[in-house]
Amino acid sequence: MIELRELTRLYGDTVAVDRLSFRVDAGETLVLVGDSGCGKTTTLKMINRLVEPSSGQILVDGDDVTSVPGHLLRRRIGYAFQAVGLFPHMTVSENVGVTPRLLGWERERIEERVDALLRRVELEPADYRGRWPHELSGGQQQRVGIARALAAEPELLLLDEPFGALDPLTRDRLQRWFQGLRRELSLTVVFVTHDMVEALLIGDRIAVLRAGRLVQVGRPAELLRAPADDRVAELLATPRRQSEVFERLLAREPT
Amino acid sequence: MSEQLALLPGLLTAHLQLALVALALGTLLSVPTGVLVTRRRSLEPGILGVASVLQTIPSLALLAIMVPLLAALGGFTASAFGVELRSIGYLPAIIALTLYSVLPILRNTVTGIEGVDPALSEAARGVGMTDGERLRRVELPLAAPVIVAGVRTAAVWVVGTATLSTPVGAPSLGNYIFSGLQTRNTTAVLVGCAAAALLALFLDQTIRLLESGAAARSRRRWGAAAAVLLALYAYTGASFVAGRASAGARPVVRIGAKSFTEQYILSEMLALQLRRRTGGPAEIVPSLGSTVAFDALRAGDLDVYVDYSGTIFATIMKRTDPFVSREAVLEQVLRFLADEHGIESAGALGFQNTYALGMRADRAAQLGVKTISDLTGAAGTLEIGGDYEFFQRVEWKALEERYGLAFAAQRSMDPALMYEAVRAGDVDVISAFSTDGRIAAYDLVLLEDDRGVIPPYDALVLTGPALEERAPGARAALGALEGAIDEATMQRLNMAVDAEGRSPESVARAFLDGLP
Repeated sequence: MIELRELTRLYGDTVAVDRLSFRVDAGETLVLVGDSGCGKTTTLKMINRLVEPSSGQILVDGDDVTSVPGHLLRRRIGYAFQAVGLFPHMTVSENVGVTPRLLGWERERIEERVDALLRRVELEPADYRGRWPHELSGGQQQRVGIARALAAEPELLLLDEPFGALDPLTRDRLQRWFQGLRRELSLTVVFVTHDMVEALLIGDRIAVLRAGRLVQVGRPAELLRAPADDRVAELLATPRRQSEVFERLLAREPT
Repeated sequence: MSEQLALLPGLLTAHLQLALVALALGTLLSVPTGVLVTRRRSLEPGILGVASVLQTIPSLALLAIMVPLLAALGGFTASAFGVELRSIGYLPAIIALTLYSVLPILRNTVTGIEGVDPALSEAARGVGMTDGERLRRVELPLAAPVIVAGVRTAAVWVVGTATLSTPVGAPSLGNYIFSGLQTRNTTAVLVGCAAAALLALFLDQTIRLLESGAAARSRRRWGAAAAVLLALYAYTGASFVAGRASAGARPVVRIGAKSFTEQYILSEMLALQLRRRTGGPAEIVPSLGSTVAFDALRAGDLDVYVDYSGTIFATIMKRTDPFVSREAVLEQVLRFLADEHGIESAGALGFQNTYALGMRADRAAQLGVKTISDLTGAAGTLEIGGDYEFFQRVEWKALEERYGLAFAAQRSMDPALMYEAVRAGDVDVISAFSTDGRIAAYDLVLLEDDRGVIPPYDALVLTGPALEERAPGARAALGALEGAIDEATMQRLNMAVDAEGRSPESVARAFLDGLP
């Protein structure tokens, strides 16, 4: 369970995140959506303290995140982002096992964990364990990135547009795969995206941010039924509009 | 040739020691400093600025400046902590070479770390690394090829610059080059240059293998390169320890030689005399800078070398007043050395090597010049060449003033080249040394100092305070050479090396063997 209280981040005179408060329940996936520069990534990075807030408080399972050093906090929280950032000088298994190594796990336990995770992300360990990151496709890299984020058995996962740079087919496949994964592991997830289709597909609840402020948060159906304002309504309408365009295009083609 | 090659293993090992130790220290100094710069950006202009300025100091000057600096520092550490520092030899060379290696390694460390993809730094923090873990596990391994490329650049510079360690008393392949140039031994110069170039090339290629192995993450490739480097370090380390052990067993008398032919011959002669009469070991530290030798004798880093009364009188005592007589100068110099520096003379060898203005005989006859006074009127149309120090010396100032000399041009040049220049007519007058063998060989005449401006230059065997302790009976052995060499003999010995191509060692041995 995560709770943000009056979280604020300033960059000079610019307010990136403005008195933001919301909760994420255990086992829930909350998706942060909004335009570029709305503060969603900054908010995510404040949860694992890659960015320190200017004011406000974050509680994870009731404890203030500042009660432990940042690097120890981050070993307990999985984190993956669009650029993936696999270490090019480490093999796939070394990348996945990096946080367990930092935690001082025994070698056998790390090896077992890495193999289990590779199977989990559908990469056959025998084939992929020893490969280098540059030998993987974009989708494979991101799956290894997510495996790395999950390696130390975190209960909380932070994902920043993890599928944003992938081709549509791969993205679609990974989105559906991720749905299964997070349910099986009953993960608590905060997920940043600007793709409304992805938000609706993945989110238990969706939080809409604008200029650093929370405009509305609720279940997808609630947002569709009672949008806070016209722009939220318009944002939620984009998937439907796209599918209508798609339907019209299909209808025009002779079958 | 074979005589030169016999020296190669020793000098190559010494050269390798200098280069490898300086490189290791330079790397140990520069990589952490580079890391610091990437962490505290405000330090970057200051630190990189200092490193760049160090690089702009001419390498020979950087080496030479270490000698007086260390002598001053050594005086302080000796009185404050009882620690003696040697102001000549390995220490000044290593310090200067280390400083010289800093810039490329430092710059590449900064560039390498800054070049790491920001996404990887974010990932490193995201997976829970501390700043130190991020540095060790991600940034340094990824920057390694760039850092190693910096070490490679530094290696080539250091191997080249290490040849300049010879004048500060650290043996190196520069011994070949310095003595070869002075004694007109082209073979020695070529052997020195070729060996230094091959060594630089070898290190360059080995480190290149390390670099490409690190870049390609080929453990086999960088492992092979690392093994070669480790073997080199082990070899130089072992030879250093072995050298120490044998040196520790018996005190060695150290004999200095400045960088001209006469000094090479005399140092060989003194060494031979000591070995024969005392039975103890004696080694020669050749091609020292003029004041480096004096400072080293004073500091106890040398035990013996030959200097000239006029040089001490003018350069060390800084006397500019007219001198009374040869005997008076000698007496004043000896008293000054004993009182001020605890330096004794084991005797005057019997000849003077004075500064003298020399001209080609045909040119002098054509202009009707016999004395320096005769030169006064003609000087305006003539060019004069002098060795590096001549135009800075008080003797030159005195000549200019007392004779009213104003040459059309004055050129500083290497003493060896100076004689060639006057022979070829590129300059008209040179600051010759009166014992130089080339005066006769090139048919030069020395102009008479008719106003007695140039002080006498009696060759004195100067001995340091620790000589008798290191080699009992040494002073008596050296004293036996008092008055043994007159001017004509010294000219003949110099000529045997300069014109006939014999080695200083064989000339010195033949002379000693001929003594009664």
